Amino acid sequence: MALSTSSNFAKPDDAFRMIVEAHRGLDDAQSGDLDAALVLILANHIGDIGVLRDAITLAKRQVIEAVQPSQQ
Amino acid sequence: MAQQTKTQFGYRRHPDQDRRETDPAHHPVVIVGAGPVGLSLAIDLAQRGQRVVLLDDADRIGEGSRAICFSKRSLEFWDRLGVGDRMVDKGVVWSVGKIFHGASQLYQFNLLPEEGHKRPAFINLQQFYAEAYLVDRVEELSAIDLRWRNKVIALEQRNDHVVLTVETPDGAYRLAASHLVACDGARSSLRRMVGAEFAGQVFEDQFLIADVKMSAEFPTERWFWFDPPFHAGRSALLHRQPDDIWRIDLQLSPDADPVVERKPENVRPRIARMLGHDKFEFEWISLYKFQCRRMEKFNHGRVIFAGDSAHQVSPFGARGANSGLEDAENLGWKLDRVLRGLSPERLLESYHIERSAAADENIRESTRSTDFMAPATNQEARLRKAVLALARETDFGKRMINGGRLSIPSIYETPLSTPDVDAWNGGTRPGASMPDAPLKDRSGQSTYLTDAFVAAGTRFTVLAFANGAAPDVPNDVGVIRIGGGDFTDAAGLLDARYDAAPGSAYLLRPDGYVAARFRHPTRAALEAALARASGLN
Repeated sequence: MALSTSSNFAKPDDAFRMIVEAHRGLDDAQSGDLDAALVLILANHIGDIGVLRDAITLAKRQVIEAVQPSQQ
Repeated sequence: MAQQTKTQFGYRRHPDQDRRETDPAHHPVVIVGAGPVGLSLAIDLAQRGQRVVLLDDADRIGEGSRAICFSKRSLEFWDRLGVGDRMVDKGVVWSVGKIFHGASQLYQFNLLPEEGHKRPAFINLQQFYAEAYLVDRVEELSAIDLRWRNKVIALEQRNDHVVLTVETPDGAYRLAASHLVACDGARSSLRRMVGAEFAGQVFEDQFLIADVKMSAEFPTERWFWFDPPFHAGRSALLHRQPDDIWRIDLQLSPDADPVVERKPENVRPRIARMLGHDKFEFEWISLYKFQCRRMEKFNHGRVIFAGDSAHQVSPFGARGANSGLEDAENLGWKLDRVLRGLSPERLLESYHIERSAAADENIRESTRSTDFMAPATNQEARLRKAVLALARETDFGKRMINGGRLSIPSIYETPLSTPDVDAWNGGTRPGASMPDAPLKDRSGQSTYLTDAFVAAGTRFTVLAFANGAAPDVPNDVGVIRIGGGDFTDAAGLLDARYDAAPGSAYLLRPDGYVAARFRHPTRAALEAALARASGLN
């Protein structure tokens, strides 16, 4: 199975909003803990090491490119 | 505490020491290091008919539980060496582990959930008992010449042999050997002499081990704590041993002062908090740090490395001594064949291929355990915290907790295996170790496949599931016939573990690994698989 990057939610705003609201009222440390738990729960739900690897690659690219913007 | 000696041996002068320096005695095989690996290898070689010289720089067996956990695979090897019963009779049998977080239990696992194995998943036994029983066995075998206080101080490598300089209380002498096996431990001096020092990952966390004598009613299980109330923020391990001795491992901070930490007056309050009382005495206290690393090549000309000299792992997972014993069982039959001229030297390359891959697996597993116990960054700590929290209510969280993944034999991807050509529904694939199963022999007596393997000669053996006709097997190969022959599958477990349709046959290597399997074995197919597993093509 390949990582799906097409839009899968009928209402993407609802999904984004739900995650944002989950962090409301939490301090940075608590937010970090929440994200860690969420990542593990979702990773297990996907249950496919290849998809997880692709997701990590995609996510990591955003972080690395945010630090070192490519010359274009 | 003073260093104690559990068993003392005597140095004896050997006639080899009277030889002229230019005319040293020549032996087929010399093993350096009389620890569990060197002793076991010497016994295996001697039982195969080889004469062995075994050198050790000390003359005593030291104290302390040290390796402590011996795996089913190691016990099966020791059964073949004639010492399995003694180990198991003395050892404490266990298969259940429990993981605690804080004050509550998170998870329980059974390492041998299935029936029908002669040996348990693990025994706990102080290393000094294991060594003493092996030395007793060595002394029954006249083919082993065990020389205490013989320290190798120089090595010269020649094309087809090595020459050693050995220091003794009577001075130095020289000794030549066709093959040298270095089982001289983590601080191997032979490794330095071949110029193969190695780098690896050093873990900064320190661990305190104590063997504590007390009467206690804890069950015979492996108990592992993350962040226990008695040792906040770190991990702890409790294990039972024979003689009312309990093994306790406590993780310490990287900056803890080893000299201070190991003083009994400082260890005692920690352990009293753990046990809830102070009615115990110390047998042994030690402090350790560890590294995870292996030699790039286990074979250096005529010098072969086995055990801790070749690879080191963190202690979580019982992968140190057990993997060393797997090295010995892998090497013994190969070296025997090469010494007899039955197989070419290159058969020994398969020792490196198989056992270095196993070392990589052991390093990977034990490094993961160690990283889980001692998270290196804030985010790693955060992920671990999430796993421990999720484990309270989810199955996947429980299974992600890593308090040590305990040693199981590797499956070898090896040129010695013949790839399957027939269709198999599970069973045991080439490169895997043979699973045990209960049998009944011709007279109806209960026995086990592992015993039948020993009775068949601990050599290349065909395990044949009969359909009437006896299989046509190559010369000098043992046979274990199931059904219509010598044995019956007492509990139906053999069928399940070997997908044993009538007429099928497995070719087992002398170390009890599967070399090949066939639905309809022919003499030619077995001959070809045998040649391949012997390094002949």
